[in-house]
Amino acid sequence: MDAPILSARDVVVKFSLRGQILTAIRGASLDLYEGETLAIVGESGSGKSVFTKTFIGMLDANGWVDSGSIMFEGKDLAKFKTEREWLTIRGKKIAMVFQDPMTALNPLRTVGMQIQEVLELHQGLKGEQAKKRAIEILDEVGISDPAMRYSQYPHEFSGGMRQRVVIAIAIACNPRILICDEPTTALDVTIQAQILELIRRLQKRLGLTIVYITHDLGVVANVADRVAVMYAGDIIEYGTVEEIFYDPRHPYTWALLSSLPQLGRKGSPLYSIKGTPPNLFTEIKGDAYAPRNPYALKIDFVKRPPFFKVTPTHYAKTWLLDPRAPKVEPPEIIQAMRAKYRVSERDA
Amino acid sequence: MTDHKREVLLDVRNLRVEFKGKGKKPFIAVEDVSFQIYKGETFGLVGETGSGKTTIGRAIVRINETAGGEIIFKGKKINGVIPKELDKEITRKIQMIFQDPMASLNERAKVDYIVSEGLYNTGNYKDEEDRQAKVRKALLEVGLLPEFASRFPHEFSGGQRQRIGIARALIMEPEFIIADEPISSLDVSIRAQVLNLLMELQKTRGLTYLFISHDLSVMRFIADRIAVIHKGRLVELAETEELFNNPLHPYTRALLSAIPIPDPRVEKKKKILVYDPRCHDYSQDKPKWVEISQGHFVLGNDAEIEQYRKILTRAS
Repeated sequence: MDAPILSARDVVVKFSLRGQILTAIRGASLDLYEGETLAIVGESGSGKSVFTKTFIGMLDANGWVDSGSIMFEGKDLAKFKTEREWLTIRGKKIAMVFQDPMTALNPLRTVGMQIQEVLELHQGLKGEQAKKRAIEILDEVGISDPAMRYSQYPHEFSGGMRQRVVIAIAIACNPRILICDEPTTALDVTIQAQILELIRRLQKRLGLTIVYITHDLGVVANVADRVAVMYAGDIIEYGTVEEIFYDPRHPYTWALLSSLPQLGRKGSPLYSIKGTPPNLFTEIKGDAYAPRNPYALKIDFVKRPPFFKVTPTHYAKTWLLDPRAPKVEPPEIIQAMRAKYRVSERDA
Repeated sequence: MTDHKREVLLDVRNLRVEFKGKGKKPFIAVEDVSFQIYKGETFGLVGETGSGKTTIGRAIVRINETAGGEIIFKGKKINGVIPKELDKEITRKIQMIFQDPMASLNERAKVDYIVSEGLYNTGNYKDEEDRQAKVRKALLEVGLLPEFASRFPHEFSGGQRQRIGIARALIMEPEFIIADEPISSLDVSIRAQVLNLLMELQKTRGLTYLFISHDLSVMRFIADRIAVIHKGRLVELAETEELFNNPLHPYTRALLSAIPIPDPRVEKKKKILVYDPRCHDYSQDKPKWVEISQGHFVLGNDAEIEQYRKILTRAS
């Protein structure tokens, strides 16, 4: 595989809240390769948004990168201090699309001006030239009659159209990496399908590298080349999309997939994860998932597992993969997925 | 299934709901909607934002006024002007569970009050001791500790709050529960817990559910029958597997094609259908609500129904 375009190593992010220190990201590492779509999945509070926000310096004021490195184009983003440094990256090289298109746009300015502003600031285009380019971009994200839409306000757009505008702003500067943070969660399924299609088309045409944050595993199956699973501020498993869906290794990934109603059998209860995620204000000993893990070994409560290699592209942080660990069969639903995959593999 | 022999709990006939602005033409939110819900089943109502699905639920519990049609609950008409006694009875027997447990619980009240509010309003308890016993029982039933009664909503997680919302409904000993997107704002693992709880309660209490959601994949798992609503009109209604196997209306087909499936091989190959309302020519031939095969209803004009019939015979 080529060298990664962005490489995060042992990133620790802390927040100071009411005099207490919360460790939101606990030494997460991630490589991002040119042209791929990497999906980060996890539940709310697992740190998926916070982690990616460190790539563009958008942590809330009470948070900071405590240690670790984020290498991008030869620079360590974790060392960035000033807004001026960030302006060379944010929007220009790495752009972000947020969840709620209702709040991401300025309601008092026309849609066209909001795109034009980005062009004037970052690309040095002026007046008519910038306007022409803004209309082109609106057309590119699939907004019909872009010249007329240019001078309309966000409230005149539907939710799906607004998300298209937000995407237009994000791609206006030809970024290399586009981070999409739950871009379709607030949208209807039919609109969601259209936005996913748009993102895919843009990726192909502009050669974007995409980080896609979501909790919807159906969407992950649709968009992702690779998947990283987050739990309690750490990436606990990653692999190609097929490896994660058809051959997951971490008990948390098993639990996540097993609890999906889409994979459940009607009439019988769904698998549900017991307990609650750990408190990030206190130090976590061992594997953060251990207290909720029915497969937990003794060592899980004592020592944090390192990444074990499953294949050259597939790694998981669980002691179950240690050669000394007892053999454990994954839950029924996971076995069924695996069997189904083998069948389709044979037919292919 | 022998549907026609089952007891009808709720019968909605030609329901119409309008919202009036000042002097403007009324906005028709729900138009000519008819369906029946059988006792003990889970009836799913699926539609997108603004389709009128919540409005129907609210019309049933008498929050929204109806502009036409009838809603019949256990043989009695419950919309429009009704006797006070009946109103009280409905308040008790039909309960609602809301989408956002962060917004639907009174932040300034303790769980004890939130859960007993319905009891206070209907006076449906003997004495203070009886009320406390009922609260304890309701909390236990949804998997919360009775001690939680003295706490405030902000001390709970999203899943626990939704349980409080369910306890609040259960304490009224309802027969019929309208669950309006009860798991949409919850995390994947918490969703499973709440869905399991709802299914379990249905079994132990013999509850009937109207489950309102935009998420067809959850519906497939929980609902016995599903009605699809588009712009205030039902376009199709059938038993769950029948709807998934033989969708007829182009809107249903589009909706089904858009659900993301957590299986990359399937998901990456699938084709998405787009629904264009202009595909219907209703200028002369008006659409009707037709039972095209046993228990499978669809909206269409004569020409379309003819075509749907052909699709069905080919499928069988």
